[in-house]
Amino acid sequence: MDLTYLFPVEQQRIEIKKLRQGENLILGFSIGGGIDQDPGQNPFSDDKADKGIYVTRITPGGPADAANLRMGDKIMQVNGYDMTMMTHDQARKRLTQKKEDVVRLLVTRKSLEEAVKTSMGGCYPRQ
Amino acid sequence: MDTESTYSGYSYYSGRSRGSHRHGERSRDRDRHKSRNKDSRSEKSVTINTPPAEPLLGDSSVRGEQVQDDNWGETTTAVTGTSEHSLSQEDIVRITKDLEDSVGLDCRRYFTLTLAVILGLLVFLTPLAFLVLPYILWPEKLQTCGTACEGLFISVAFKLLILLLAVWALFFRSPRAGLPRVFVFRALLAVLVLLFVMSYWLFYGVRILDTQDENYQGIVQYAVSLVDALLFIHYLAIVLLELRQLQPCFSVSVMRSTDGEKRHYNLGQLSIQRAALAILEHYYCDFPVHNPALLSASKSRAAKHLAGLKVYNVDGEFPASPADGPGNNAAAGMAHSQSRAMIAAAARRRDTSHNELYYEEAEHERRVRKRKARLVVAVEEAFTHIKRMQEEDQKKTPGDVMDPREAAQAIFPSMARALQKYLRTTKQQHCHSMESIQQHLAFCITNNMTPKAFLESYLSAGPTLQYSRNHWLARQWTLISEASVTSGLSDGSIFQLKCVDFSLVVTTKKIPYIQMSEEYIDPKSHKFVLRLQSETSV
Repeated sequence: MDLTYLFPVEQQRIEIKKLRQGENLILGFSIGGGIDQDPGQNPFSDDKADKGIYVTRITPGGPADAANLRMGDKIMQVNGYDMTMMTHDQARKRLTQKKEDVVRLLVTRKSLEEAVKTSMGGCYPRQ
Repeated sequence: MDTESTYSGYSYYSGRSRGSHRHGERSRDRDRHKSRNKDSRSEKSVTINTPPAEPLLGDSSVRGEQVQDDNWGETTTAVTGTSEHSLSQEDIVRITKDLEDSVGLDCRRYFTLTLAVILGLLVFLTPLAFLVLPYILWPEKLQTCGTACEGLFISVAFKLLILLLAVWALFFRSPRAGLPRVFVFRALLAVLVLLFVMSYWLFYGVRILDTQDENYQGIVQYAVSLVDALLFIHYLAIVLLELRQLQPCFSVSVMRSTDGEKRHYNLGQLSIQRAALAILEHYYCDFPVHNPALLSASKSRAAKHLAGLKVYNVDGEFPASPADGPGNNAAAGMAHSQSRAMIAAAARRRDTSHNELYYEEAEHERRVRKRKARLVVAVEEAFTHIKRMQEEDQKKTPGDVMDPREAAQAIFPSMARALQKYLRTTKQQHCHSMESIQQHLAFCITNNMTPKAFLESYLSAGPTLQYSRNHWLARQWTLISEASVTSGLSDGSIFQLKCVDFSLVVTTKKIPYIQMSEEYIDPKSHKFVLRLQSETSV
């Protein structure tokens, strides 16, 4: 169940060009999560029952970094395919298709303003 | 109610260690010309009482009996006026009282013994009398005894035999203790048996002897019914005296007043005096022996605290004695303010005694360990000098063969000094005499023990029973209780068992009622899944 309607989140469309390294096409980030995984151990999700795919690490200087993907983003769609109800392995396969050079991701992240407001304890003036 | 039997024990005459003060003890001290505590010679101690007030700390901080009062020269002739070897009036009174008391104690025991014997004889001879009397008094009128009747004779004989064995097993055991009050259940049972037998005799006298009944089988059946009922009373006795208190009901905690040693025991539903007896029997096996020499350090520290401050009254008013009426309030107020001033001054004073205590204890610990190391080495070396003789050796070297006692005496001198120094450092030297050490050494040699096994009994304090008889003090216990000592234990009851130097304070707590519920687990319901958290880089 997606509880993003409870928190103001940004939806971003990010386009990443894969980088060729040897005979592999890499994107430069790591994913975690999936419907076959344990959602309680996800440090980035607000709702600990959320079994979506999250970005857990970004290789600095890689293609994902250049495309402005951030750690903690939840991947909602990859090239039009829905990623919210996928196993971990299916998600990996969807991202590493050899025939595709470019992946277009729809990600949600908690907005910066929201993150600052919660870290300052709610004294940020409303705009 | 409190004059029943209040005697606590014989007075103790030999010279034991005198580290602390004693209440109510009569001691014949040959060094003194006057009595210090006159009330100690008066009445014997009472069972139910409040403990007498503690003397001032200043009196007991020094060894009480060796201090000379400054005024002794003036009061000597007035009090006794006798030399060591003659008897004063007080001595005579004391001796006669001792005689009375010892006779009194034995009298009580013999009295109960004779009562028991009379009751037993009555119980056993009654059925036989019932059977024999008709033959003596009206033999010609009696119907002859048929088969059934003779069968009943066998039954009576065997039941009487079983009753005899059962009574011997339950009641004729050597008494373990002398308790202050009578044992309520036993008294009740004795009364019940007496009433029962009396009623049977009454019936027999009126209906059989007076009318001279000819039906002998009926008389025999009557005797059989008496024996049956006596067996049932014996069953009742077992349940009341033995079985009822087996199930644990109370948890008692026993704490020694001098050093705080604490133990917990589980007891059933007992009267306070029987519970005290059970606790004392556990005390002799579990508690380490009471060593008054270990308490002198804290007493000297307490004395130093008080000695540091003295209160002077500069206003010139002398506080009146507390018995005065109108002056009472003023005197009480003055004493109150004096003690408050002392406490305030003591709190303000910069006290470094904790520092001294810490370094003293560290030093003592080091000294003990050093002496222990020397002792262990000496004992191990001593043990290497003797060896058990084998059979073949006997033919080779017939001379200089020793039995264990001689072997112990041979190796004892080499370890004696180290052992004595160690015992002095740990303040145990009065617990072990040289004779007992040699006996223990011979015992260890006989049983092939290692030096470490020999030393264990000196390195730590054992239970009181391991030491010689004069440490037992088994005849000098007093039970002090606010509730009657024949009433049962209840939750929160507190009583004290006082010995000469120390007392054991006993508190009771009821074991709670436990409510248990059940939960069934199907053996097939144990199933597990893996917790996955993979991270893949793409």
